[in-house]
Amino acid sequence: MDRAVPAAMIEVESLDKTFVMHLRGGARLPVVAGVSLSVRAGECVALAGRSGIGKSSLVKMIYGNYRCDAGAIRVRDVHGIVDVAQASPRRILHLRRTTLGYVSQFLRVIPRVSALDIVIASAREHGAGPELAASRARAMLARLNVPQRLWDLPPATFSGGEQQRVNIARGFVAEHPILLLDEPTASLDAVNRAVVVELILEKKAAGVAILGIFHDEDVRDRVADRILDVTRFAAAA
Amino acid sequence: MVEEDLPLLSVVGLTKFYGRRVGCIDVAFDLHPGEVMAVVGESGSGKSTLLSLLSTQLEPTAGSIRYRMRDGVMRDVFALTEAERRFLMRTDWGFVHQDPALGLRMAVSAGANVGERLMAVGARHYGRIRGEALSWLERVEIETDRIDDPPRAFSGGMRQRLQIARNLVTGPRLVFMDEPTGGLDVSVQARLLDLLRTLAADLDLSVVIVTHDLAVARILSHRIMVMRQGRVIETGLTDQVLDDPHEPYTQLLVSSILQV
Repeated sequence: MDRAVPAAMIEVESLDKTFVMHLRGGARLPVVAGVSLSVRAGECVALAGRSGIGKSSLVKMIYGNYRCDAGAIRVRDVHGIVDVAQASPRRILHLRRTTLGYVSQFLRVIPRVSALDIVIASAREHGAGPELAASRARAMLARLNVPQRLWDLPPATFSGGEQQRVNIARGFVAEHPILLLDEPTASLDAVNRAVVVELILEKKAAGVAILGIFHDEDVRDRVADRILDVTRFAAAA
Repeated sequence: MVEEDLPLLSVVGLTKFYGRRVGCIDVAFDLHPGEVMAVVGESGSGKSTLLSLLSTQLEPTAGSIRYRMRDGVMRDVFALTEAERRFLMRTDWGFVHQDPALGLRMAVSAGANVGERLMAVGARHYGRIRGEALSWLERVEIETDRIDDPPRAFSGGMRQRLQIARNLVTGPRLVFMDEPTGGLDVSVQARLLDLLRTLAADLDLSVVIVTHDLAVARILSHRIMVMRQGRVIETGLTDQVLDDPHEPYTQLLVSSILQV
């Protein structure tokens, strides 16, 4: 492979998505049409466009969380290239474990699992042994200023900001070659925002391909190599 | 996972009629080692019929269920001898009932409930059986000093955890679960869900879990099969089906979840 041009890790081609709301008399809610984009290793592409234009839906389709009506979502993993739009549930889960990281501002809390264990579990998915995973998890929680007295507690009772930082720790402690970020810095204070910017820049330097939505223009300008305005893919309503 | 891509269970065209009434029609899926599949739908959707067929408690009207035996050979479960089928049910498979009284012997001790399944596969050494029973009680978070108490004396949550220990003690590869958290208090449910999730992952269990509770499916399962009027109407990755449901009935189910 040509060293000068890193491999495309994500290649989206002609993606269409319309929600059909059967409980609203089959109302059709077009989201995006004809989306094509690619993200290379070590590159950060920021999705832009006004709220409701389909940025989050697009990221969710690449993660396999939303389905698409047409098009291809080719993601590169160690086994080759997988089309998320066609892959089996098992293949998508494997892809998420090994390759595809996703960080939103919301933590889905599992009853009884502590903040530290959530982050350790994520570190372990990449084969880090229990000791190494635990030390990396602790370092990541400390770096994101999650108070140590909270580490052994389940995050259900944490503040929104604390939950968000646990979620960021979980996403960044893993070593996914691709990271999807959906407003990771929303509602963080300046100190923690700066930590997240550093984390993103480190991932880029390590060759991670990043596709993100950043509401904060200052953050976006510091991390993004390219900005892609999703408005041009907005489906005609 | 990509390396060993052989299914553990393979179901084709599975159909059951009770006279002229539909149980389920043309159900097909593969289940792989370590995969947890939730079957969701309302009562009458066919999900319980499906579970009874899979666990060979009912004979299908049509279709086949094949299972990969420990020697690696796929066998039609309805073509097995009675002895082979019983051996499967006692060792390689587990069945967790909604009502623990159906899966436990309520009058004998907790230890005997767990030990009995071990004895059924040939364990004879009393000390070892008791030791194994103790370690399983611990694993399902039952105080070990309760080993000589009968499950009649246990709370609903404890009974359910004991039923799980009794099922898992023989190291099954496939476990069927019928509404395992149904009828329990919410706080008890959360503990049981966390236990089931951890055990399934640690033991690399394949699980078919029937539930009408989408929150249970969200926490425990990798994939979802939605049934209605005996047919599978939608399948897919669990978060995909719950976050982007396509079929009208699935959208109705998802939108009916109460938000807290």
